[in-house]
Amino acid sequence: MSEDGVKKFLYVNRKAPYGTIYAQEALEVVLIGAAFDQDVSLAFLDDGVFQLTKGQDTKGVGLKNFSPTFNALGDYEVTKLYVEQESLDERGLSVDDLQDIQYEDEDDDWAEKPSIIVVSRSQMADVMAEQDVILSF
Amino acid sequence: MATLHTVNKSPFQTQTLISCLGHAKAGDSILMIEDGVYGAMSDTAMAEVVAGMGADKKLFVLAADVAARGIDAGRVAEGVTSVDYEEFVDMAASCDRVQNWL
Repeated sequence: MSEDGVKKFLYVNRKAPYGTIYAQEALEVVLIGAAFDQDVSLAFLDDGVFQLTKGQDTKGVGLKNFSPTFNALGDYEVTKLYVEQESLDERGLSVDDLQDIQYEDEDDDWAEKPSIIVVSRSQMADVMAEQDVILSF
Repeated sequence: MATLHTVNKSPFQTQTLISCLGHAKAGDSILMIEDGVYGAMSDTAMAEVVAGMGADKKLFVLAADVAARGIDAGRVAEGVTSVDYEEFVDMAASCDRVQNWL
């Protein structure tokens, strides 16, 4: 933990959207937790990478499409979305299949920058190992 | 005497689809719904085993669940037929039994 009391929080997303409520609930918790000015990151691995696909259209299934909410995370200073390359590969996905989620960098004249950071499985392990708190969904 | 099998779990998360394919008889229909639709995608780590085990069966996927998950219709694997809710009902009504793999 840093000396200013800010802890590193990681929300681990391993479930696909819609089939269970986990993905939507995780996003709710992230938005609530964002009020506490902590150092927040999100991890997407295993079926969690499916949460970020673009073009989700839930009209036919009667569920709320919550995928646009990922684009609002930057406004809550949640700007680090780690996505595991191996999980994408296993599912036949590339980063081009995902939403282009961006945030405005207040330290760089509000330049728009990508929030998604594609990492290898071993890099994901490093990200996990450097956290103070890990919340799993 | 054919059975309609439904699978609603991701094949990357559970063995449900594999178990279903392993128990279904030749000529049976397997309909992938909800998170099961990920089993219908081409070019995944599961695609080959699904195609192999499903070769003597009829594979279907529920189109609304595919669209909800942002899977382009073009990513549904060859040999898998997309159906809508009405066709789902027709399939359930016309087969001898429905077995849901939960």
